[in-house]
Amino acid sequence: MIKAILIFNNHGKPRLSKFYEHYNEDTEQQIIRETFHLVSKRDENVCNFLEGGMLIGGSDYKLIYRHYATLYFVFCVDSSESELGILDLIQVKVFVETLDKCFENVCELDLIFHVDKVHNILAEMVMGGMVLETNMNEIITQVDAQNKMEKSEAGIAGAPARAVSAVKNMNLPEMPRNINIGDISIKVPNLPSFK
Amino acid sequence: MALKIVKGSIDRMFDKNLQDLVRGIRNHKEDEAKYISTCIDEIKQELKQDNIAVKANAVCKLTYLQMLGYDVSWAAFNIVEVMSSSKFTYKRIGYLAASQCFHESTDVIMLTTNQIRKDLSSPNQYDTGVALTGLSCFVTPDLARDLANDIMTLMSHTKPYIRKKAVLIMYKVFLKYPESLRPAFPRLKEKLEDPDPGVQSAAVNVICELARRNPKNYLSLAPLFFKLMTSSTNNWVLIKIIKLFGALTPLEPRLGKKLIEPLTNLIHSTSAMSLLYECVNTVIAVLISLSSGMPNHSASIQLCVQKLRILIEDSDQNLKYLGLLAMSKILKTHPKSVQSHKDLILQCLDDKDESIRLRALDLLYGMVSKKNLMEIVKKLMLHVDKAEGTTYRDELLTKIIDICSQSNYQYITNFEWYISILVELTRLEGTRHGHLIASQMLDVAIRVRAIRVFAVAQMATLLDNAHLLTGNMQRMGICEVLYAAAWICGEFSEHLENPMQTLEAMLRPKVATLPGHIQAVYVQNAAKLFATVLKNQEGNTDSTAAQETSQLMIDRLPLFVQSANLEVQERASCILQLVKYIQKLQQKDVEVAEEVCALFAGELNPVAPKAQKKVPVPEGLDLDAWINEPPSESESEDEQPKAIFAKEEPKHSRPRHTEVDEKELARRREARKQEQANNPFYIKASPSSQKAYQEAPGVEHIPVVQIDLSVPLKVPGLPMSDQYVKLEEERRQKERADKKKKEKKKRKEKRSGRGRKHDSGPESEEDITPAHMVDIVTEEMPENALPSDDDDKDPNDPHKALDIDLDNLLEAAGRRPLADSEKLPVRAHRAAEAPKSPAEDGEAENAASQEPKKKSSKEKREKKKDKDRDRKKSKEEKKKKKHKHEEKGEDLLGGQADEPVVQSEETNEVAALPTSTSAEEAATVAEAAPVPEAASGTAPDSEPEEPKDTEMEETKSSKHKKKKQKKEKEEKEKKKKKKHHHHHHHSDGGGEESVQNGTVEEEEPLPPMSNYCLLAENSYIKMMMEDADEVYDIQGNLQDGSQVVVSVIFENKCDSFLKSMEFNVLDSLNSKLQRPEGSGPHDGLTVPFQLPPGVSNEARFVFTVQSIVMPQKLKGTLTFIVKNEDSSTHEKLDFKLHFTCTSYLITTPCYSDAFAKLLESGDLKCSSVRLEGVIMPFHHLLARICFHHHFSVVERIDSCASMYSRSIQGHHVCLLVKTSGQTVSIDAKCDEPTLLGNVLDEIKQTFSQC
Repeated sequence: MIKAILIFNNHGKPRLSKFYEHYNEDTEQQIIRETFHLVSKRDENVCNFLEGGMLIGGSDYKLIYRHYATLYFVFCVDSSESELGILDLIQVKVFVETLDKCFENVCELDLIFHVDKVHNILAEMVMGGMVLETNMNEIITQVDAQNKMEKSEAGIAGAPARAVSAVKNMNLPEMPRNINIGDISIKVPNLPSFK
Repeated sequence: MALKIVKGSIDRMFDKNLQDLVRGIRNHKEDEAKYISTCIDEIKQELKQDNIAVKANAVCKLTYLQMLGYDVSWAAFNIVEVMSSSKFTYKRIGYLAASQCFHESTDVIMLTTNQIRKDLSSPNQYDTGVALTGLSCFVTPDLARDLANDIMTLMSHTKPYIRKKAVLIMYKVFLKYPESLRPAFPRLKEKLEDPDPGVQSAAVNVICELARRNPKNYLSLAPLFFKLMTSSTNNWVLIKIIKLFGALTPLEPRLGKKLIEPLTNLIHSTSAMSLLYECVNTVIAVLISLSSGMPNHSASIQLCVQKLRILIEDSDQNLKYLGLLAMSKILKTHPKSVQSHKDLILQCLDDKDESIRLRALDLLYGMVSKKNLMEIVKKLMLHVDKAEGTTYRDELLTKIIDICSQSNYQYITNFEWYISILVELTRLEGTRHGHLIASQMLDVAIRVRAIRVFAVAQMATLLDNAHLLTGNMQRMGICEVLYAAAWICGEFSEHLENPMQTLEAMLRPKVATLPGHIQAVYVQNAAKLFATVLKNQEGNTDSTAAQETSQLMIDRLPLFVQSANLEVQERASCILQLVKYIQKLQQKDVEVAEEVCALFAGELNPVAPKAQKKVPVPEGLDLDAWINEPPSESESEDEQPKAIFAKEEPKHSRPRHTEVDEKELARRREARKQEQANNPFYIKASPSSQKAYQEAPGVEHIPVVQIDLSVPLKVPGLPMSDQYVKLEEERRQKERADKKKKEKKKRKEKRSGRGRKHDSGPESEEDITPAHMVDIVTEEMPENALPSDDDDKDPNDPHKALDIDLDNLLEAAGRRPLADSEKLPVRAHRAAEAPKSPAEDGEAENAASQEPKKKSSKEKREKKKDKDRDRKKSKEEKKKKKHKHEEKGEDLLGGQADEPVVQSEETNEVAALPTSTSAEEAATVAEAAPVPEAASGTAPDSEPEEPKDTEMEETKSSKHKKKKQKKEKEEKEKKKKKKHHHHHHHSDGGGEESVQNGTVEEEEPLPPMSNYCLLAENSYIKMMMEDADEVYDIQGNLQDGSQVVVSVIFENKCDSFLKSMEFNVLDSLNSKLQRPEGSGPHDGLTVPFQLPPGVSNEARFVFTVQSIVMPQKLKGTLTFIVKNEDSSTHEKLDFKLHFTCTSYLITTPCYSDAFAKLLESGDLKCSSVRLEGVIMPFHHLLARICFHHHFSVVERIDSCASMYSRSIQGHHVCLLVKTSGQTVSIDAKCDEPTLLGNVLDEIKQTFSQC
């Protein structure tokens, strides 16, 4: 079983947190902080397994993580999961690759602004703490199909909203890929009310 | 209107969406909290709007804020609203939010049941998928119970996407609602062989999770998994299966033997490291389970070790880590094969990666021998010096002690060396393990007599230099060793060279800064030392010296008398008075030493830590029994005292254990350890010392701060352990030389012609003799100590509830797999259930939801049975009154008297149903038609079947089998009816509208149906028979015979009392009434009840049938006595029992894939029939066939349906029913043409009657 999946950046800011067991918000934050501390002080070329971590712990549990550029992907799993299998799940076959395909060269900003989409992708991969699908193509097919449905539902009514968000996001691609957007939020004029 | 919508959507454009929120937060780095609080206010406003899009947007933002740590539980209701949106976009947002922040105590969760059910049966697979995903995160016991059946149906959904999700979520359902495991298991097992790899993998996943916790229940699946393992190519599935085998092999060594070969093959062939690693792991598990020392497996072990070595040598740190991890498993059983890789492992100790160093440390534990212990520990001591991080160093410290003390100090040849090591370890700054070192010192000093002189000398030095240990308050952790030192010096003071000096050291004013429990030991042992000193001094005939000693005590002790610590104070004042008295005596020149020594005389024996626990409980003593009756508590609790006690009597542990969390437990364990470590003290003097010890602040609570000491601490005069290593080597060499000499001598002496013996070469274990002859005193155990294993499982483990025997279920798969009481609850109207009445169905569910862990499921099952019995009783009662007062009868229905309003409403609705008219009308109808009414009271017959619920078919079918549950079912039916009723009149969309095949049409309710037909009637009595409603095979008793159970309702129509009823049937060759043993073939059966006027009751008779292909008729007679006030007459009634072929069919669910296979097999004969002029809706038609002829619908597409049933002798009967206009054509296939013909005739007859 997977107990939790966390993604946070080099500064410990959570980018995605998925707990398959309930904790209250404070505990969740504490777990994220603690996990960050454990993981971040490790060198680059040490092993990706980590025991301990009091909060999420129990001797049966392990943290399995990978570090990509600015992001840490951490899975907390118990002994029924294969360690190398989970590592593969994060990288080689599944999670990050899928994100990469879905976001076209994923970077931290994608995760920052589209955490809901990341959740949706994750939901096709892991469900209730158990690995649901390991075939990347299958995951992408399902995610695409759902997105298509969403688009068709939005239909014409969605068009103006899309346009506005396109305007809002216009500068996004030009932004520095790493961090700091600067002050570029477009002030939407307060239109006179129709009332 | 249109304008409004446009305006709404334009407004919406400028609402902040998730991206805006994120951007905003990033732009307000300085005042993030403030910004977010304004955002939350905005969100609150948005949630108040009616527009679902706005709400969804708000909920989406909340989900993000939840991740940042904001509590959003206040919006739970809004989340439910968004979940129930019909648009997938919003639904998904809602479910995501729910999955992130709902949990068991979220109260709105109970509002979601119907919504989720609706989504589960949605025609859109993604609606279903999203609901399943969400549910997997927040399923509660209630939801699990209510939805288990729906999810189980989804397990055979046509889309693999749904199937795999449904299969996977079943694990969560099992956890929350363990009763569902048995009913769902056959299908789960079936999914192991699903054609879709995703579904298969999900099923493997679920079963592996289940089996990991309770492996023994899944042993019977081993062959299936074995097949999968050899056939599957999916590494994920393989890894899971191989892991599962690892859990199974310890239970079944034969399995292990079979596994070795395919696993070895995999190890050789696979290129995937993950798979290779798991294979190695399981091979190791297999080898462990096999009795060790089997020569033919040494090859496998070699293979494993060799592969692991490759892993450990790999540059990839992950592989290195895992290699070490697996190596430690081999170590337990095959230490020799690992020991040869000592070099490699010692190398890993120098690795920069802490995880790897820790793993290597674990391995060291098993690799030490007498020969290399000193060497290894020396290396570790070097690491201790190097290691700065406290956690790793503490780990090292404990490991050193573990390694040395393992198996009763087996590998220690020189205890002086060990004591020196311990003393050296006291130099560690800021360690938390002072008490561990202390306990080792005590243990060694007490149990190894030969070492006492040396130990005492060392401890005396330690005490003398105590300031080095206590110089800094931060070093508190280590000052624990002073506790041991003081005790050893006091207890074995006769070995002290200079007791006076030690006594002085112990009475230094600085001692007062030590923790209380240590001071107490100091004081007590100062008294012991004092006794020794006196003894020595009195021998010298120099009385002044002795008096000076007393004076020293009298001077120093007052410091302790003032101690704030009670223990110290008490002891000090006692001893002070004693010394004062001694001084008085000394002044009179009385010799006191003997008497003072007598105070502390006596030898201490070490006691095993578990000794107390193992004292057997004397016979006749019940520790759990109340000594006095407990005072009665408040009334409300008095109502169910049983439940309370049941909760308070967990089997393995005291109640408090269940309350404390793990940390607390760990802390207590630690405390207990400490106590045990200091056992001698506890036994010796005053029991209260122990208390003081406990009261002292635990060492964990003392803040550990590094102190910066550039100069390494060296306690002057302490011997360094290193020199022992050298000494030891020298000694061994000498010994070796001696031995050689001796051998040479011997050889010389013997001068036998045996030729040249090989040189003794590297010394073997046995050659090393300990430096001291040590006598390790074994720990004492009480007499008749009970052997007890300590593997008490955690009573809170949710998996305990899933320890359910599945074996008989597997063997009889498809036949009669489940007990009557076991089935998944069918959908029931939530509202009627909401105020749970404790008496009825609430009981089991409450137990399930509240206490699923404490009671074993077995107990539960028994309980259920009891309940069923009760139900049956009340059912009979009810039946008696049914005809008189309908409402009264309803009240009896499970004692739900506390909700009379709902009940009476239900009653009305039940009555109203048949005609869908008003309640009053219905009542009259009901009165006018007592037959269906009676039937509805006795059998699940009047149920309006709804064929649109194809998913219900299954449950329905099982209903026929489940007489015992009638009562419960009735209630459900009523609820169902009620729901149905609502559905018609309010169309509240309560989750009923959607139809699986996509047509949403209002379908009429069915007229009531009954299988009870009139058997015979006269002026006294009416007999109604239900043809064989319960049929089952009897295996073994009869070769190919089968049993048919006939239910007969006897109704007394006259005003007299009917008694002594006897039921008799003229047996035919083919069918025989089963009579009790000993009675002749023509004897009648006594009906086991009497009938008061106006009462009806039901009796069941069992018939044995040989051939079932033809319908049967049996003649019979019922004789009875009619008793009036004044007279009694014999009467009889003749009847004919008609066994239709239908009655030999059992409703058996069949899945479309299996059905298709069956049809393709070509074993079946074909036949068909056409029915003209059938004017009833198609679903009624199907329901009728299902009901009267025991079929189940396999699949229904528009006006065409396939149906299936099976005879008690295993004939398959398949129907394809098509309708066009008023013509119904039925194509049928069966492997027994005669049976088929008869069944079709009967179907035709059924429809010609209406």
